[in-house]
Amino acid sequence: MTESPEEIKKHVKIYITVFAALAFLTVVTVGVSYLKLPVVPAIVTALLIATLKAGLVAGFFMHLISEKQVIFGILVVTVFFFIVLMLLPALSRSDLYVS
Amino acid sequence: MSDNAIRYISKPHPVTGVTNSKLGIWCFLASEVMFFGGLFSAYVLLRASAPSWPRGSDLLNVPLATLNTLVLITSSVTMVMAWASLALKDFSKYKRYMAATILLALVFLVVKSIEYAHKFEHHYFPATNTFYAIYFTLTGLHGLHVLGGVVVNTYFLFPGSALWKNDPEQFQGRIECAGLYWHFVDLVWIFLFPVLYLL
Repeated sequence: MTESPEEIKKHVKIYITVFAALAFLTVVTVGVSYLKLPVVPAIVTALLIATLKAGLVAGFFMHLISEKQVIFGILVVTVFFFIVLMLLPALSRSDLYVS
Repeated sequence: MSDNAIRYISKPHPVTGVTNSKLGIWCFLASEVMFFGGLFSAYVLLRASAPSWPRGSDLLNVPLATLNTLVLITSSVTMVMAWASLALKDFSKYKRYMAATILLALVFLVVKSIEYAHKFEHHYFPATNTFYAIYFTLTGLHGLHVLGGVVVNTYFLFPGSALWKNDPEQFQGRIECAGLYWHFVDLVWIFLFPVLYLL
């Protein structure tokens, strides 16, 4: 890593900001759960907030926002297979969801 | 450097643009995504096909888990600050931030064991029902990943830190890779917490 001290100090400011955002979003997640929304909106909201938090961690703490193409390539393949993995139970059975 | 040494550890590889270590750790994290993805997929299958499913907040301790979430997020910040301290050539700051990361991880594990102990005292075990089975499996495997991170980070705080004197660039690269693993462990918990405790 050949970044100058000034650049690193800018990064540090970003880390603190992201930390504050993550702490706030954690409180929001718990707060939303007290609203006792119906199942589907509750799941969608919780996962959206979690994805936002994950995006902040991945983008800034893991430096993905300024990372090289090859790393994105690995992640795109991973995300594709992850989606397949999550959809497999639903796609393999027509009577999966018991209402 | 001998002919058999692994190359492109401190310098980026001309084709990929990143060091071999960074490429390697990202490939490992990709495999970890599949590992936890499989477990989350099992959770979806079990919950969707169950005749009934308890609300996590009725059975589990949400305030303790919220505390644990904040503890792990803070440890992620101290981990990246440890790496930034090395980039600023401040070794004593690195040691303090790394020590903080390890301590916060241990706090997480202690809180987790308090939760587990409480469950066991009331005779709730993995075999009790499907919810507890997947709860203990998911959080137990995640906890083992936290423990693994603690071992690696402790190595880098004590004996492993000697590399800083001989090859600071390589040591900084190692801490960056350790940090990537640690952030991933935090990421998994960011999804585990709402899924198990709040939904």
